[in-house]
Amino acid sequence: MVGLQLDRLTARYGSEEILREVTTPRFPGGQVVGLLGPNAAGKSTLFRRIFGLLKGGGAVCVDGAESSRPIVYMPQDTGANAALTVYESVLLARMQGRRLKVSDEDLDRVDATLAELGISEIAKRELGNLSGGQRQMVGAAQALVQQPEILLLDEPTAALDLNRQIGFLALLKRIARDRGMLILVALHDLGHALRFTDQAMLLQSGRLVDCGPTASVITSDTLWRVYGVKARIEPCSRGVPQLIVEMPD
Amino acid sequence: MSSVPGNMAEGRGFYRALVFRRQAILVGIVAALFLSTCADLALGPARYSLGEVFAALFTPDAVDVQARVILWEIRMPVALMALTVGASLAVAGAQMQTILSNPLASPFTLGISAGASFGAALALAFGVVLVPAAVDYVIPINAFVMAMLTSFLIHTLSMRRGVTIETIVLLGIAMVFVFNSLMALIQFFADQQAVSAVVFWTMGSLTKATWTKLWISTGVLALVLPLLARHGWALTAMRLGDAKAESMGVNPKALRLEVLVLVSVLAAIAVCFVGTIGFIGLVGPHVARILVGEDQRFFLPGAALCGALLLSVGSVLSKMILPGTIIPIGIVTSLVGIPFFLYLILNKKSSTW
Ligand SMILES: Nc1ncnc2c1ncn2[C@@H]1O[C@H](COP(=O)(O)OP(=O)(O)OP(=O)(O)O)[C@@H](O)[C@H]1O
Ligand SMILES: [Mg+2]
Repeated sequence: MVGLQLDRLTARYGSEEILREVTTPRFPGGQVVGLLGPNAAGKSTLFRRIFGLLKGGGAVCVDGAESSRPIVYMPQDTGANAALTVYESVLLARMQGRRLKVSDEDLDRVDATLAELGISEIAKRELGNLSGGQRQMVGAAQALVQQPEILLLDEPTAALDLNRQIGFLALLKRIARDRGMLILVALHDLGHALRFTDQAMLLQSGRLVDCGPTASVITSDTLWRVYGVKARIEPCSRGVPQLIVEMPD
Repeated sequence: MSSVPGNMAEGRGFYRALVFRRQAILVGIVAALFLSTCADLALGPARYSLGEVFAALFTPDAVDVQARVILWEIRMPVALMALTVGASLAVAGAQMQTILSNPLASPFTLGISAGASFGAALALAFGVVLVPAAVDYVIPINAFVMAMLTSFLIHTLSMRRGVTIETIVLLGIAMVFVFNSLMALIQFFADQQAVSAVVFWTMGSLTKATWTKLWISTGVLALVLPLLARHGWALTAMRLGDAKAESMGVNPKALRLEVLVLVSVLAAIAVCFVGTIGFIGLVGPHVARILVGEDQRFFLPGAALCGALLLSVGSVLSKMILPGTIIPIGIVTSLVGIPFFLYLILNKKSSTW
């Protein structure tokens, strides 16, 4: 199974150092790893660095990959319009670097991906006419259709309604398990992170503050230190850890 | 494949139908192109019926010498030039709009046409020859050189750090203004006869076409099209924005530069032989986008065909509006095309930009 390890990863924009020696243990396939941290912590930057869009020091170590391009990255929503239907825009993501001719297998993949995400019914819509949440689902489809082994999702639930957020994160968990995929997902909702991610990485100002099983990363202490928020983590009546935020005075 | 459940196969059924419709539209445009080219051949000082045109086309030995000479030697290069130039300008415009994510980008708005006009005007007004060449080619080569210099300047500036794609379009528009002023200056100093030559050149005219010029521009088009088609999927992805394209493995900067070079040559060749025909490069792509969408497998041929058809129809109309006079094609395409264009963009259903 595929694995990913980050070794003293750095990145800079101009002279400003954005990532400072981010080192993680090896994350194995089959897991969902939450990437947490306040705005401007460097989450998107870390993804771009892992994916190879940014150069910098350190190493991204991928082992056990079967394909030559195992990592797929879904950027934060871009909201571009084009005279393309949803179906075409998803097919497009799969066809990059391939011949102009579309095969039955390609169409199979697109159909299966749309069905999996529950967006088959908007396949015929043009991109310009979609709602924000629909766009985000299409973005996820564009990533999944490429059959990644390691998937980097940048805030994929930011524009989704509650039902879709939960459905989507549960789907990620299932996909990771079933396909042995490693999914790194940037999230702002720590409650979701507690429930749906196996491990978490907590970033602050480009430094990795903590990394490990999610429940051990999200604690009253780190919430106060990193987010400046007073909160408790308590099990609910069913034993699931819940985040309880105390209102600032 | 039959293994796919019914509800999933629906998406594919829709896609297949979409592809079929687009192919049908492309075939339809080809048919329209054929008719319009025949009409273009039939019209002129000596009029022929469509039957005579067909006869001259398919059994040239059966028609009399005069008709054969007029149709094949005089009108054919002009009619075919309309197709090649129209296709070249529209393809150039389509790709400029694609890589710059800007609906206003075209050979005209990026200053390539204006540069060409300036180059031509230098030769027409003052006999300035930028590259020594046969008399017949001094003006086109001057125009070509200035057009390429313009796009080279834009390339160079666009490679500076921090230059965004919006800046590139603004640079192009700045170039248009610079050249317009220079043109005014030339007209101010040149004598009356030269001024009318310059004005006529900038109006755009297909009548300067010869077989040699036709082969050159067709050859360039035939070279550039496959080079663009090679990047079909990547170019389509560019329309989703740089961040999305990058995430799909496209290198937007490299692709943008390569395509800008290719389409600059394409546009410069087209413009240098026929003068300024601003409208086609802007509108051809928009018509194609509305008809066949922006998947480059259809958009690229669609833009080429729409451009060719628009210019060919323009050529027909330029002979019909005032019998006995061929109105410069640049004027006709703009006057007749703009109402059509407005109709299209005001009636389209989805927001593309
Ligand atoms: N293209 C860029 N040029 C210069 N600085 C940048 C660029 N992109 C991001 N930065 C800076 O890098 C830092 C990290 O940004 P990044 O986008 O990685 O944050 P993030 O954790 O993803 O935040 P958010 O939760 O808001 O998405 C910020 O200070 C930001 O200003
Ligand atoms: Mg971010």
